[in-house]
Amino acid sequence: MTKVKTLPELIKMKETLVSQRACYSKQLHVCGGTGCQAAQSKTLDVTLKEIVTDKGLDKDVKITMTGCFGFCEKGPIVKVLPDHTFYTEVKPTDAREIIDEHVVKGNQVERLLYVDPTTREHVPNSDKMEFYKKQLRIALRNCGEINPEDIHDYIENDGYQALGKVLTQMDAQQTIDIIKKSGLRGRGGGGFPTGLKWEITSKSQADQKYVVCNADEGDPGAFMDRAILEGDPNSIIEAMAICGYAIGASKGLVYIRAEYPLAISRLKKAIAQARELGLLGDDILGTGFNFDIQLRYGAGAFVCGEETALIHSMEGKRGEPSFKPPFPSVSGYQGKPTNVNNVETFANIPVIINKGAEWFASIGTEKSKGTKVFALAGKINNVGLIEVPMGITLREIIFEIGGGIKDGKKFKAVQTGGPSGGCLTEKHLDTPIDYDNLTAVGSMMGSGGMIVLDEDDCMVSVAKFYLDFIVEESCGKCSPCRIGNKRLYEILEKITQGKGTLEDLEKLKNLSNVIKDTSLCGLGQTSPNPVLSTLQNFYDEYIEHVVDKKCRAGQCKALLYYVIDENVCIGCTACKRSCPVNAITGDKKQPHVINQDICIKCGACEEKCAFDAISIKLEHKVKVVE
Amino acid sequence: MISKILTDTAQTRSAKNPETKKSGDPVTQELKPAAINSFSAAEKDKTKVKIKLSEDKAHKILEICASYNNDPGELINVLHETQGEFGYLPAEVQEVVAQGLGVSTAQVYGVVTFYSYFTMIPKGRFPISICTGTACYVRGAEKVLEEFKRELNIGVGETTEDGKFSINCLRCVGACGLAPVVLVGEKVYGRVSPESVKTILANYEEK
Repeated sequence: MTKVKTLPELIKMKETLVSQRACYSKQLHVCGGTGCQAAQSKTLDVTLKEIVTDKGLDKDVKITMTGCFGFCEKGPIVKVLPDHTFYTEVKPTDAREIIDEHVVKGNQVERLLYVDPTTREHVPNSDKMEFYKKQLRIALRNCGEINPEDIHDYIENDGYQALGKVLTQMDAQQTIDIIKKSGLRGRGGGGFPTGLKWEITSKSQADQKYVVCNADEGDPGAFMDRAILEGDPNSIIEAMAICGYAIGASKGLVYIRAEYPLAISRLKKAIAQARELGLLGDDILGTGFNFDIQLRYGAGAFVCGEETALIHSMEGKRGEPSFKPPFPSVSGYQGKPTNVNNVETFANIPVIINKGAEWFASIGTEKSKGTKVFALAGKINNVGLIEVPMGITLREIIFEIGGGIKDGKKFKAVQTGGPSGGCLTEKHLDTPIDYDNLTAVGSMMGSGGMIVLDEDDCMVSVAKFYLDFIVEESCGKCSPCRIGNKRLYEILEKITQGKGTLEDLEKLKNLSNVIKDTSLCGLGQTSPNPVLSTLQNFYDEYIEHVVDKKCRAGQCKALLYYVIDENVCIGCTACKRSCPVNAITGDKKQPHVINQDICIKCGACEEKCAFDAISIKLEHKVKVVE
Repeated sequence: MISKILTDTAQTRSAKNPETKKSGDPVTQELKPAAINSFSAAEKDKTKVKIKLSEDKAHKILEICASYNNDPGELINVLHETQGEFGYLPAEVQEVVAQGLGVSTAQVYGVVTFYSYFTMIPKGRFPISICTGTACYVRGAEKVLEEFKRELNIGVGETTEDGKFSINCLRCVGACGLAPVVLVGEKVYGRVSPESVKTILANYEEK
């Protein structure tokens, strides 16, 4: 690759690439995201390419392995351009039919088309899919559209134009002003205004400053950062360089999870290619601006998403947070001013520079501008990654884009914001989603995980699940978080065991508030949120566990009861013999009875019963003998 | 893999490399009792497995350190590469890393135990990782985990006696569409149910 030395050269390169692309009459995009790769999309890609080459169609048909389409539920996905035909659950064995029928003859392969769950009809192209209709893709603009392993694909789609514009036409303050005016806020969860952060770092005086990209995506159930790094790594490189120019830093660091091998390899490739083209390194585009990026690997610690902890981890230490101030923008990595932004935040930057602050600020709500990427998962039909304008309602997300609840069950709650967030219920379905509204109803934006729960989910267990996570991930530095959360977990465990009391509920609430008020960092301060929000919204369920000893979702094993139907039981004694604790009584050929006080709920009797006389009940009535 | 790491004690003791000798002898050094005291009872058992590093293994670690200019700030990167080389980070390996970077063993141990990616126990030949991210959890990952534990008779973070399987939990592999997800080595199994656990394990039956 020859170096691109000036902005006009970059623009010319883009034009050439666009005209080359126009030579292809058909393009096939195969999803190469982690989800689809797990379902053999790589083999599919290779097979398609082989068939096309065999048939001598390679001058006419372009096959590209792209980043994530977001529609992970039905992967692997193949999209055919220019008609936007959207094939789902494509297997390598389907490759020949797609080429023969669709590419050669021009007939869609109907059986592979997406079927709308409500109308039960095949949807001819992606523009007509409910999943995409309400989405607005800014951060994810190139995911599913370009080959992430080739920088030329990115350049063809306006890549590095924003960097060129900033370097040649703006000074640092003008760049910061655009970001400030756009209203962009941190997408990692905190929601701090990005432009302001840049400004503070730019004003700190030092011989060396750092731009850090936080790619330590630790929220269980959130995978947008990875999708961006896997699908469009160059956008992060470009944005980091822009940030470097704005704050006066020549060094960038990406702190990325070691558990994301694909993202790491694609990011490495992108950095190497950018260096080759001279878009990273010394004297970028002949402007005298120097910037380069290095990778630092995380090692599996959730708390490292907190910026001071992240910085300690990058320095090779335990990832424990420290007290702020000083903020990293004043004293961060190696004691130098450091600007830390999340992956999704960075992904928005080049577009804002290209399209202008006014355009970005016109999207969203008053205080939350632009879009947000959400990872939709759980008991929902369309699991996947979506990007929607701020201000959209939960109802639109869950029932329109998400296609409603799986298996026709009833919606119960949606958990947003991961372990720091809370559960929202039916009454919040029409709340417009933005940073402030979510905080007001006791949850938070977080990094954008959205887990949908249905009637089969026990809210006490869900709270316990998150506490379990927090207990494991608490760094142990401050006692409210280290000890307090452990106590919270124990109380929840007691309740799910059926041993909770009403006092415990009070304790939960008080302890949660203490942890919130006294913890050192963001992790501890938000850790009781899952408990507080479930207590607030599902108090009756807690009461049922504590008073009625009943779990309506049937999730808490200790609150289930094995009951023998006396009308079905023939008294064969098989269950009685299998019971390890002798909880079953009854004479031969007489119906047997399980003593609930002794029963340990092992299920051995149910397994042994040949007559299906034993079943699990949510509650048991003691028969009163007259 | 384990046999590669475990080497004859006497042999390693007698052969001393002048290079490693300079910075103290990593080969014969014992783990300080103070470091052991803070272990939980279960961990104590695991660390009882004494291994001795062969000369060239110790040398390899020092080479890794040197490739990062023996900079203590690169400790995590050094540990990543060392674990990649050895499969795990036993106490003896940590001692050599500490010497290489010129930091205390306690500091290395503190970092190793802080991050879940680093392990002090060798994983099985077929490491099983069960995703316990929220999406998998609500779709029944817990029951799948229980079944694996029951089938293999080991707990999370443990390895079967024959060194074949180990069980680990991880948080979200991002294949939420396939939830619940289980990884065996690099292979991803989607929509796993407790009933399919036996079938998955059967794939790894030695022929």
